[in-house]
Amino acid sequence: MIEVTHEPLDPEAVTRKVVKDTNGAVVTFLGTTRDNFEGKRVITLEYEAFEEMAVKKLEEIRQGLMAEFQIEDIAIAHRIGRVDIGQISLVVAVASPHRKEAFLACHEAVDRLKATVPIWKKEIYEDGSRWVACEDHDFHAPEAAAPVTAEDG
Amino acid sequence: MEIVVRFFALYRERAACNSHLLTLSEGATVADMTSEIRNLFPRLAPPEVKIVVAVNADYAEPGDLLHQGDDVCLIPPVSGG
Repeated sequence: MIEVTHEPLDPEAVTRKVVKDTNGAVVTFLGTTRDNFEGKRVITLEYEAFEEMAVKKLEEIRQGLMAEFQIEDIAIAHRIGRVDIGQISLVVAVASPHRKEAFLACHEAVDRLKATVPIWKKEIYEDGSRWVACEDHDFHAPEAAAPVTAEDG
Repeated sequence: MEIVVRFFALYRERAACNSHLLTLSEGATVADMTSEIRNLFPRLAPPEVKIVVAVNADYAEPGDLLHQGDDVCLIPPVSGG
């Protein structure tokens, strides 16, 4: 199951999508919105997606991991729009006969999502805002260019 | 041919529009399109930053040919999760 939605995410509902009697392990990852960036207070976050492509890329990640790790099923749900602090922006649920593959595939799913899926996060501060992972794109400070690094949940 | 180029997130804000209609010659590539866009929107991204492009909802290479009716989107660095 792949979902990109404006609605609040329900981790239990997403997890239920992958649970089967043949599973020995289900790993569910929650990405939640953090209230700070380098000492600045983040008031809220706004997510934007190129929805058609995001769903397509998420499905590619899902299919790829199911094949690579012999995973029975993976569900990925990403919330977009305004997501307030402490809420869930991402749910990845992986069901597998054995726990090791479930942990590995879940970790890999989040890494691949952050590297390739066209979804963008904007942090809103009291005195401004910033598109995350755009440090190397700052028109006014190209000398500060740095590789885009994965952010934690 | 006419190609609608769509902007998302950072690029949408910097371009101050959602999309732009470009007229390109037949045989134009993704690189030709980004070059034209950089001329029209010089503040979109610094010259040393590669602009990532999606054509018909898949990542495209600079040498890929564009065709009338293609869905062309400029993809700023992603940050889902």
